[in-house]
Amino acid sequence: MRLLGSQDRSFSPYAGIVPVLAIALLVIAVFSIRLGAVTVQFADMASALIKRFEAPNSLNITERIFMEIRLPRALACILVGASLAIGGVLMQALFRNPIVEPGLVGTSSGAAFGASLYFVLGSVLKFHAGEWTLPIAACLGGAAATALVFLISETASPNRESTTSLLLIGIAINALFLSGVGFLSYIARDPQARSITFWSLGTLSGANWRSVALVAAAIGIGTLIALRHARSLNALMMGEDEALYLGVDVARLKLTIIAVNVVIVAVATSFTGVISFVGLIVPHLLRLMRGSDNRFLLVGALFLGAIVLTAADIVARVALRPAELPIGIVTSAVGAPVFIALLRGREYRF
Amino acid sequence: MLSVHEVTRVVDGKALVDRVSASFERSQLSLIIGPNGAGKSTLIKLLSKQLQADAGSIAYDSTNVRAMTQRELAKIRAVLSQSVELSFPLRVWEVVMMGRYPHFAGKPGAADERACQEVMRFFDVADMADRNYLTLSGGEKQRVHFARVLAQIWFSAAGRCRYLFLDEPLTFLDIYYQFEFMGKLRELLKSGDLVIVGVVHDLNLAARFADKIVLLHQGRVLASGSKAEVLTRENIKTAFRLEPTLFHSDRDAMHLVFDV
Repeated sequence: MRLLGSQDRSFSPYAGIVPVLAIALLVIAVFSIRLGAVTVQFADMASALIKRFEAPNSLNITERIFMEIRLPRALACILVGASLAIGGVLMQALFRNPIVEPGLVGTSSGAAFGASLYFVLGSVLKFHAGEWTLPIAACLGGAAATALVFLISETASPNRESTTSLLLIGIAINALFLSGVGFLSYIARDPQARSITFWSLGTLSGANWRSVALVAAAIGIGTLIALRHARSLNALMMGEDEALYLGVDVARLKLTIIAVNVVIVAVATSFTGVISFVGLIVPHLLRLMRGSDNRFLLVGALFLGAIVLTAADIVARVALRPAELPIGIVTSAVGAPVFIALLRGREYRF
Repeated sequence: MLSVHEVTRVVDGKALVDRVSASFERSQLSLIIGPNGAGKSTLIKLLSKQLQADAGSIAYDSTNVRAMTQRELAKIRAVLSQSVELSFPLRVWEVVMMGRYPHFAGKPGAADERACQEVMRFFDVADMADRNYLTLSGGEKQRVHFARVLAQIWFSAAGRCRYLFLDEPLTFLDIYYQFEFMGKLRELLKSGDLVIVGVVHDLNLAARFADKIVLLHQGRVLASGSKAEVLTRENIKTAFRLEPTLFHSDRDAMHLVFDV
């Protein structure tokens, strides 16, 4: 009976795909950890993890490379990729628009502006918080730009269906902050301008345990909150009126989702710089696998976002060895053609 | 029963709905008609609590809507709108299951599954269960939408009426499905605890199917009651600025022809 068949599937939107994604992630993460000038063997990983608890000071050089460079970097890839993908799912669901990126409401351009301010004026402003200065500047920039988008859209359009105006104001504020970044690069001295450019293209080379812990906290809490609202986001696919008829508090939902998105995207971006295309493409890939139920998309995005960014990081490290490409170049260069190919496929219709 | 008392809604100094009072009985098909700008849509949005009234009161059974949250309301009240576009691909059964969202947290229960199956059979969309909603034709989409909305109030609520509002849902359906849908509403009304209030544009559809008609004109009730009471030549001429010729055929049916 057909109906019974579909009934079974409705019970578990994750069945089948999520375990496969989890295994794929494990494999690619281990591959990424082993890869590099020094090959880290499984035995090194095991002994390093054991010594970490028993005798932290007795690590040999390979074990230290694993514990201090490869592992934090791999985890940063996983967490940042997951953050961007979750942000993409949330923003696409909220704006009911398939071409939306997590940075749309100003978050990543604001973060880029904050980072540029730090690079160019940091020494003048006497604002110092050690290694946290850059992430804090970027995070504040991202939050400020997003808050600006919201304030303007609240005052400019008291009408009900305000997501369109939010989108347009987001585009305008993005342009404004990017022009700010452009201006700062223009007045910057050469090394500063180079820092801005490099940061705007994203890199994971600075990953360490503390940044990993902070991004993990943000993405963990953010994902839990987002999952609680996944069904409301499903209802929102039909429009704000229909969601309201199903008992969803649409105004509160919007605020919650944007807040979650800002926190996870701003925190992730503040440590790695702007990495484009992951937040756009991962939700689409997942929809191709198993439709658009946001409960599946959110869980799937955690894994697939991590896989995609880890893969991109491997390419970034290998392509120009021994030099390293900014990862944003890889995600855009590979992501764009893949994305176009997907959209041209017959299965995917909007 | 749905009681409306002196309800007013003002936008930019203009009363779109002006001191409207009416009552809508269970087991009756009540239709609101009127020319463009008469306040039909606003009234139906006030009744379904999509909008708040500036004055007056609306009560479901004897509970004022102000005292009810949207969550509570969603369990006993559903709204059929003109057309619904999905922004992303979903299977038909996923769309229908959304109608049950107000009734379960986490996973759908057996009752929710049963409601979806029954309602999909009722609206003849069970064969499409696994299809992508975005690939359906306009008429098919609308029937899936009917199924979703009815799934929301498919089972009787203990001791309370269920309320179904129609916001011109037939606009994009051909005549066969319009009649078929009206027939299905009649079937649903037999349960005895369902209140249906709708806005329609087609006067002949109202004349054919309504138990009660409310004629709005400039935000006020011009006439209300049975079709014989409301669909008079004078009322129609006042509201629509066109004079109809009325035909009465057998089976208590009325037909309006505008022969200008």
